[in-house]
Amino acid sequence: MSKLQILKKYAKTKDNLINMLHDIQNANEFNYLTKDDLELVADYLDLPYSYVHSVTTFYTMFSLKPRGKNIVRVCQSPPCQLMGATTISEELKKILEIDFGQTTGDGLFTLEMTSCIGVCGVAPAMMINEDVYGNLNTERIMEIIEERRRAQ
Amino acid sequence: MRKRLDVLVCGGAACIASHSHEIKSRLIDEIEKRGLSDEINIVETGCMGPCELGPVMVVYPDGIFYIRVSESDIPELVEEHFLKGRPLKRLLWETPEARKIVEDKKLVPFFEKQKKVVLSNCGRIDPENIIEYISERGYEALGTALTAMSPDEAIESIIESGLRGRGGGGFSTGLKWKITRKSPGEQKYIICNADEGDPGAFMDRALLEGDPHSVIEGMAIAGYAVGADRGYTYVRAEYPLAVKRLEKAIQQAREHGFLGRNIFESGFDFDIELRMGAGAFVCGEETALIASIEGKRGMPTSKPPYPASKGLYGCPTSINNVETFGNIRHIIINGPEWFKSFGTEKSPGTKVFALSGKVNNTGLVEVPMGITLREIVEDIGGGVLDGKKIKAVQTGGPSGGCIPAEYLDTPASFESLQKLGSIMGSGGMIVLDEDTCMVNLAKFFLEYTSEESCGQCAPCRIGLRQMYNILIKITSGKGELSDLDKLEEMAKTIQGASLCGLGQTAPNPVLSTLHYFREEYITHIEEKRCPTLSCLDLITYQIDADKCIGCTTCAKNCPVNAITGAVKQVHIIDMEKCIKCGKCFMVCKFGAVQRY
Repeated sequence: MSKLQILKKYAKTKDNLINMLHDIQNANEFNYLTKDDLELVADYLDLPYSYVHSVTTFYTMFSLKPRGKNIVRVCQSPPCQLMGATTISEELKKILEIDFGQTTGDGLFTLEMTSCIGVCGVAPAMMINEDVYGNLNTERIMEIIEERRRAQ
Repeated sequence: MRKRLDVLVCGGAACIASHSHEIKSRLIDEIEKRGLSDEINIVETGCMGPCELGPVMVVYPDGIFYIRVSESDIPELVEEHFLKGRPLKRLLWETPEARKIVEDKKLVPFFEKQKKVVLSNCGRIDPENIIEYISERGYEALGTALTAMSPDEAIESIIESGLRGRGGGGFSTGLKWKITRKSPGEQKYIICNADEGDPGAFMDRALLEGDPHSVIEGMAIAGYAVGADRGYTYVRAEYPLAVKRLEKAIQQAREHGFLGRNIFESGFDFDIELRMGAGAFVCGEETALIASIEGKRGMPTSKPPYPASKGLYGCPTSINNVETFGNIRHIIINGPEWFKSFGTEKSPGTKVFALSGKVNNTGLVEVPMGITLREIVEDIGGGVLDGKKIKAVQTGGPSGGCIPAEYLDTPASFESLQKLGSIMGSGGMIVLDEDTCMVNLAKFFLEYTSEESCGQCAPCRIGLRQMYNILIKITSGKGELSDLDKLEEMAKTIQGASLCGLGQTAPNPVLSTLHYFREEYITHIEEKRCPTLSCLDLITYQIDADKCIGCTTCAKNCPVNAITGAVKQVHIIDMEKCIKCGKCFMVCKFGAVQRY
């Protein structure tokens, strides 16, 4: 499906802006929005480019820089912190050899901090794209990352 | 034909994270292999509650409750229980007190003190099957409202019930609807606030994933009551499963005529659209949420005017929380007197709490208002993890405060929690034990709220950052006593001068911990010591000469060569060089490295 076809699912009204940005970002292999994408949306909705840019940069889930195919979001909120999120974060940095906000050289993983993802019952937790992983420890993290590598 | 056994596999987000999907697939395979597919029904339900013990499963008609099931258990389970009728004892939930295998789900203490109203379908029905919802009196309340009640009567019923907003505001739901109805304007809207962003809160998630139709039905009844023909559900993007289940439920509701035109032939039209958030906590604030739906940056606007008079696109809008909507159909079916028969006078009904932190049974619980915090933590929650002592319970998320252990017998209600300096909030309840540093906890919350500030107001944008900086100072051993006065002064300014609830309540965790745990702050400042050994910069490491055998492991692992000592000689840490990374403590196999 072309990007225009993705947009045509929605009426040309401003209230569809965020849903559109999500769909276009998800369609990009590297999980981000390009300048062309924002221009396309702006044209479709008949809005100034600067307006679309301003909305995109307000929301933390949108990225204007290329990211990895797998966005690893580690929850940093208090219930996860109490159950060892700091250790999990350090382990992930070690395993992936990158810091938060960076992407691995092979373009597979981006490490991001996130706030509460709503699975505090199995803290410490993380999300990779739309999948949720809980009750994390060093072994589990290594298994999960390996699994994702093999799946590529 | 009714099948012999119904096997309900929990498909709540936490159990899915623990591989419940793989278990369901394995069950289906195994049952097919043994030719039992015609006799046994496998259903994936929403959250059953005890997340810590997942993946969980219940087998009916006997209500046998299995916990911590793994894929490898399935062949034995099918053989022993489904074929031979002998429940697998090692997977049953054993209660610590009874020390016997509990076979009946109703007797499990986790559930005994709960009262499932809003969550009554969660964990019992397939959320992707509208027929199962309908068979549990689903959409009966909507039918009743549309055919046997006027909009004003529906509003009076909700006012009479005393239902208060479950998102944290605690405002009378019925009154909000009344104001919306009476506000001038042809076009009105209903909005469901499903942007559950409070750290530690996952109540709304469970309801959206486990029983989405109950929320849809609540919204439709609200629409009828206020005179709105359109509703929006604003869901955070971090809940993709909730989005998927809601989309499916809305579609099914439309197909069955519960949404759309002329519902129940009453002449009432109502439809719902989904809008997603994109990672901004502030969009849980109602005016910011409205801005976000309108396709703008999610920045709050000043109130008044309140959305009930001027909301989405300037039209009267009633914004209610997911759990609030989840209560509506029960009140319409059973009547307001029934709702007032449990809970407290000022806080009738139940509340769903999300129990997390240092407690044995983390997960989702629904209890009548007025139950004590102690009952929630000890009876339902199974007590503090590892037998440690409870220190406090944090309620209300980043807008709330801590209730210290000595007040554990406080009833959980809007009014009682407020009296102690905290709030009910949306229902997040974090259990803190003797090893929790309250200063560090306050710092986490400030880190969060200062990040999430939309930036409009200087007091919030700059003030929260400054408060956070002071907390960093204190937890890294650079604090001064005057910092405590600064924190309190800044807190008052930020509370008083911020435009929206985020700024107005962000200082609460600091004020609350300062009030009840001031001596911890003072220890951090005056002694440069963290009593719980949580603040890494304040921990001093020393080698115990009696235990050190001179194996040199610590010295080899020290990243800054701060440890000296010959082989088989006692080693010494140079505190001037030590960067307090804790590596030596972690690698010493003889417990010779002491921390204090």
